[in-house]
Amino acid sequence: MSALVPPAGDGGVTAPVAGQTPGLLRRSLATGRTRAGLAITMLVVAVAVVGPFVAPGGETAIVGPPNASEVPGLLFGTDVTGRDVWTRFLHGGISVLWLSALCTLVGVGAGLLIALLAGYSRTWVDEILMRTTDVFLAFPAIVLALLFLAIFQPSAWTVILTVALGHAPRVARVMRSAVLDVAGRDYVRSAESMGLRRWSIRLGDLLPNVTGPLMVECGLRLTYSIGLVAGLGFLGLSGLAIDQADWGLMINEGRTAFTVQPWPVLLPVTAIGLLTVGTNLIADGIARAAAGTDREVGE
Amino acid sequence: MSVVDPTAPLSDHPRRMNAGGLQVRGLRVETRAGVAVVDGVDLDVPAGTVLGLVGESGSGKTTVGTALLGGTRRGLRIAGGSVLLEGIDLTTLSEVELRGWRGSRVSYVPQDPTTALDPAMRVGKQVREVLDCHDYGSGPDARAQRVTEAFGEVGLPTDGEFALRYPHQLSGGQQQRVCIAIAFATWPALVVLDEPTTGLDVTTQSLVLDTVRKLTQQHGCAALYISHDLAVVSTISDEVAVLYAGSVVERAPTEQLVHRPRHPYTSRLVAAVPDLAGRRALTGIPGGAPSPGARPPGCRFEPRCTLAVDECARGLPPLVPVADDHLARCIRSADVSPAEVRDRDPEVGRAADPLLRVEGLSARYGKVSVLHGLSLDVPRGTCVALLGESGSGKTTLARTIAGLHRDAEGTLSLAGERLPFGSHERTRQTRAAIAYVFQNPYSSLNPRRTVGDSVGRPLRVLRGVRGAELDRRVGEMLDRVYLSSHYAQRYPDQLSGGERQRVAVARALISEPTLLVCDEITSALDVSVQANLVGLIEEFRHELDLTLLFVTHDIALVRNVAQQVAVLQAGAIVENAPTERLFTDPQHAYTRELLETTPNLVS
Repeated sequence: MSALVPPAGDGGVTAPVAGQTPGLLRRSLATGRTRAGLAITMLVVAVAVVGPFVAPGGETAIVGPPNASEVPGLLFGTDVTGRDVWTRFLHGGISVLWLSALCTLVGVGAGLLIALLAGYSRTWVDEILMRTTDVFLAFPAIVLALLFLAIFQPSAWTVILTVALGHAPRVARVMRSAVLDVAGRDYVRSAESMGLRRWSIRLGDLLPNVTGPLMVECGLRLTYSIGLVAGLGFLGLSGLAIDQADWGLMINEGRTAFTVQPWPVLLPVTAIGLLTVGTNLIADGIARAAAGTDREVGE
Repeated sequence: MSVVDPTAPLSDHPRRMNAGGLQVRGLRVETRAGVAVVDGVDLDVPAGTVLGLVGESGSGKTTVGTALLGGTRRGLRIAGGSVLLEGIDLTTLSEVELRGWRGSRVSYVPQDPTTALDPAMRVGKQVREVLDCHDYGSGPDARAQRVTEAFGEVGLPTDGEFALRYPHQLSGGQQQRVCIAIAFATWPALVVLDEPTTGLDVTTQSLVLDTVRKLTQQHGCAALYISHDLAVVSTISDEVAVLYAGSVVERAPTEQLVHRPRHPYTSRLVAAVPDLAGRRALTGIPGGAPSPGARPPGCRFEPRCTLAVDECARGLPPLVPVADDHLARCIRSADVSPAEVRDRDPEVGRAADPLLRVEGLSARYGKVSVLHGLSLDVPRGTCVALLGESGSGKTTLARTIAGLHRDAEGTLSLAGERLPFGSHERTRQTRAAIAYVFQNPYSSLNPRRTVGDSVGRPLRVLRGVRGAELDRRVGEMLDRVYLSSHYAQRYPDQLSGGERQRVAVARALISEPTLLVCDEITSALDVSVQANLVGLIEEFRHELDLTLLFVTHDIALVRNVAQQVAVLQAGAIVENAPTERLFTDPQHAYTRELLETTPNLVS
């Protein structure tokens, strides 16, 4: 009987031997789109992170007359209260960055949790969770955020939670369909036939197989978070100290004097714009790699 | 049924004489990088005949088929050779000229009619479309008449009502016949059929095959029938060409090819096809076919060939005549022996002592009832086949037994002990005692887990084995399914279909079950790989005293694996008999129909 069966190692002929097919991140990094996005993002992140250490002065120090566009020794003049615009700009990025990152993390995390719970329950739990998310989906994210910030005292944490609350139902919707797709695969049935607990199937079989759409969601929600956080900053709702430098706040403070001193607005607007475009390009690159549209023809 | 009157003058209907047939010479299709996918393909299809093109997955058969329509898949191009039809070389035509040819002089019947037909267009209109597109006949009346004729030719109703239906209102077989009607509507000189019956049940398949054969003769057109299934091809083709790793290795009239193959690959392929009459033992071919770019410089079958000598590796042998109308690409063609016919000793199941007992089992999906109070005994140590077509409920039965379907009533017992329906309600011992191998090896292995992780999982979960002991037993199990322990580090996407299925078998057997449920485990695999897997399962049955429930739609395969057969139709068992008796003395009409319509290698 054993003569019928091929000897070990025959797979070398038909299957590639060198490593698993490159991961999603590596594949998306091979595209110009993702690389450009990464370069732009890194540039803005570098400014925000390194900025505070190389800034010429203190972020709250008054160094000249208000709204002066040409002050000797100052690169971009002064803002509405006479502080150095360049210094404020270098200091003001980090809050936008960490707030957006945390909003994304919390929002995508919560959405993923709902998705894993709903997409692999096959009971009324799915129904209740998804109808609840539908209710939240009916409100635009900014309206929802404003509502909650009107009720609760604005602080960094309330900002994070409200923005995340806007993300979660959207993430849940997308991730649930991804989970549903994987839940129908035979390897999930195989795990069920071993009598594994639902949560160990969720974490051991479902989660690892939805990382593609999950990464796309992360990129997308990061882009939205940046916009929302900057927007809340503009409205003075980001829960920061009133004189603390923040790109969103800078735009608000500078907008009245825009015609005489455009820099307090232009610098943060450009940075936020670039950051949004950059993260969006990365998300798009990952999405394309996940969908396989970047792939050259199969063999 | 109105068919074109062949005695009518040619000018009265646009039927053209299809005298020339098809000649393909030195066809080469390569990737952009210049790697040949198929090369040196020579084919001749005289008008009015069917040439069967047989090849396993990756042999390039679909590439050849599309090249005959002047096209290629994205990323490939026709790099050389000629495709002569009616004296015109299709490879020299421009894209615009080709468009005029496709659908009118050359046409194509796809594998899957459900995606080939436009779901939003009435089927009559879809036939009409190709006629309008090529300005068929003298005017609208002639075209309308031709649509009706075309439906009649493929045995579909010719009343106006049928033509007004949408594809979803037709059965799979009817849909495929609509596709065939479209292909033959314009009296083409060449029709390429790419596995047109793969998704169909055997009874429907035989209808479709009859239709194709009849139309080819009636129309006097050349037909190329592409399939992986030598049995199907042998029932429809006048001549068969065998494709291996991108080149034709043998070409001969059908009967001669099956009974006196002159290439070792053909001979092994014939031996791997399950024989309905049970005359041959099922034998697989070791190894796998080389992919484009990894093909050996010499004979491409040489690494797997038992007749290989040093000279075989030196250069690709030419396709030379070995007998009348018989060509083979082998320097040792004289030594090739036909597939062995041996006496099988039919093993009779040990009566009584059922390991698994199913009594009055009914199962539902929501409101749809799938199984209706069926009973079945699976004797210990035997292989019981569960035979049924798609929709018969066979997978539901298998899943219910394995604890994967809970919406059921009735009694299941294993070794006298009552089994609850869901796997969560079963004891750890029961879960370990019943193992399941899924149909599709591409979806049954978690792509994010290594082979070792997947195989070891039941042992970890069900028997609590950990650490070095786990690694050792996983390695042992992989050795036993003829993979080696270094496969443990690999991921599923690095394995071929056959290797994946062996991993799935290893995963099922590692917890030392007493009952193994195999759900169509070979339907996604090539026949040579299927034979290997069946051999492996048989080996385990003897060595581990395993009891098998073998779910399949392939009646020929049943004869080669099972001692007892339960025939399932519409959720009920209509016949249950020892294998030999079922084949020699079928009782139920449905069983008889299956036996009559299943294609077998010509005898």
